[in-house]
Amino acid sequence: MSAPTLAASGESAGQRPGQPRRPRRIRANTSREGFARALRRNLSAHGFLLGALLCFAFFSWYPMVREFVLAFQKTEGGHTTWAGWSNLSYVFHDPAFWQAWRNTLLFTGLALVLGFALPFLVAVTLNEFRHGQGYLRMLVYLPVMLPPVASVLLFKYFYDPGYGLFNRLLGLVGLPEQQWLQSTDTAMVSVVIAATWMNMGGATLIYLAALQGIPGELYEAAELDGAGLLRKIWHVTIPQTRLILSLMLLMQIIATMQVFTEPFLLTGGDGPEGSTTTVVYLIYQYAFNFNNYGSAAALGLVLLVLLAGFSAAYVRLSRGSED
Amino acid sequence: MTTRTLISPAQLGRTRGKVAYWTVFAAVMLIFTLVFLGPLYWMAANGLKTTKEFVQTPPTGFPTSLHPENYSHAWDVMDLSRLLLNTLWYAFGALAFQLVFDVAAAFSLSRLRPVFGKLILGMMLATLMIPATVLVVPQYLTVLDVPIFQRNLLNSPWVIWLPSVTNAFNIFLLKRFFDSIPRELLDAAAMDGASPVRTLWSIVLPVSRPILGVVSIFAVVGVWKDFLWPMLTLPDPGKQTLNVGIYSLASGVPENWLVAALGIASLPTLLIFLVFQRNIMSGLTAGGLKG
Repeated sequence: MSAPTLAASGESAGQRPGQPRRPRRIRANTSREGFARALRRNLSAHGFLLGALLCFAFFSWYPMVREFVLAFQKTEGGHTTWAGWSNLSYVFHDPAFWQAWRNTLLFTGLALVLGFALPFLVAVTLNEFRHGQGYLRMLVYLPVMLPPVASVLLFKYFYDPGYGLFNRLLGLVGLPEQQWLQSTDTAMVSVVIAATWMNMGGATLIYLAALQGIPGELYEAAELDGAGLLRKIWHVTIPQTRLILSLMLLMQIIATMQVFTEPFLLTGGDGPEGSTTTVVYLIYQYAFNFNNYGSAAALGLVLLVLLAGFSAAYVRLSRGSED
Repeated sequence: MTTRTLISPAQLGRTRGKVAYWTVFAAVMLIFTLVFLGPLYWMAANGLKTTKEFVQTPPTGFPTSLHPENYSHAWDVMDLSRLLLNTLWYAFGALAFQLVFDVAAAFSLSRLRPVFGKLILGMMLATLMIPATVLVVPQYLTVLDVPIFQRNLLNSPWVIWLPSVTNAFNIFLLKRFFDSIPRELLDAAAMDGASPVRTLWSIVLPVSRPILGVVSIFAVVGVWKDFLWPMLTLPDPGKQTLNVGIYSLASGVPENWLVAALGIASLPTLLIFLVFQRNIMSGLTAGGLKG
């Protein structure tokens, strides 16, 4: 598919006359020099690619293929056999599977309410300020730069039911104390709050950049039509940033459905009665606690199939945005 | 005139508008400072407390007595110098590998246009569509016994460096930047008989400084922030990164020391951020959505 265009752009000069039906053969015979030059050019071009190509081959493409193979294999006592669909059926019959999906969807849902809406709200507010924008932007992005072990352990201390800061704050405004990470009701919410604090900076900055691209006349026109603040947001701000909003929504869904580090560091992964076990944590458990790579790969395949749709939508949307 | 936004200048000019603006502004400044700087202050302050004061209720806002020696205890007990050096070694190695291999690949795909170049780029970009976590298990099995070479990369820096090259997003960013370099510049070099290496080195790289800066910062920060992969592939405590090392030692150390260690671990990336703030922000918004 790419060869013809290459021949045309690469070594067009010398061989134009003799190109009727089988350009390849003719080119090689009639002009040795052109062929040699093309070969040399391609060799050096591929030489430049070699390092990256090998890394991709070993650490991306081969593992991709291996993921599919693993999902249908079983390894017991050192030898590997084909397992057909048994890994998948094992995964589907594991009660932890359904709980992990419930937890993951809860996390994704909560993270969309907080992690998707909050940065937009913050960006819209910051964009109105004529002072201190640089400082505020820096503040929001600050946690993104912290190593996760630092931010997560900080939140673990804040959540402590005894000396933790959060219960103290709740006490100040007269609300009842919470068990935070220790209770099945609040564990996942606590994880989402921490994750939002850690990660909202990137989205906020991207929204801010998008908001700065909205032409001011649109707001003026809306005002002439008598639109208030909320109507301006609804009829100008949101439509004008719709593409970025939908891209970020897809990205958030893809990212949050793969959540691992935050619950793993905050609650050890499971949480009270498995209330923070996510799908990726379950993959981790299958593979590294139970040495059951087949089931881990099968569960990974389920996640992949589910997220492939979102990924495809994302690629399509961002392709469209480039022109 | 600056571009106008949601709220009209006329509205802001009125007394009521002014009052509302400054009220909201003050509130946001206060809340943001508390929410985003507060935890960092808490970390610094609690790293200076005694263990007793640390767990005391109600907690003190400012330590009653300062104990900077917590930081040196944490440094010694958790062997932070080793963890720090390890992380630096992995981060800058990964940076070097990404700069050399990814820049060369992007240059080749953008300017030398080899046979199958489009297909190769497509296959690289396809890796962005596979959820990263799905690949962790087969990747782990691969580094246990790398095919053809039959090498076990566990506990070696290669296990961080080589997979870090497979950053399709970096290659894409670099390629787009190289694509935008004016043709005439490169044609002139070709006329003078410059080899590809020479063209890349003396013409392309000097004009690509902004994008190289962005890629470099993200490469270093990426290694600094990674957790799952180094936890799996560097089980030897002497070889671990800050994230993994502190995590595995966390339960055996007094709280005030641990918090002091967290402060030390956070400092490098915070400094990078403060110094390169502008590059990071522009890189984020320039390349943030074009994946």
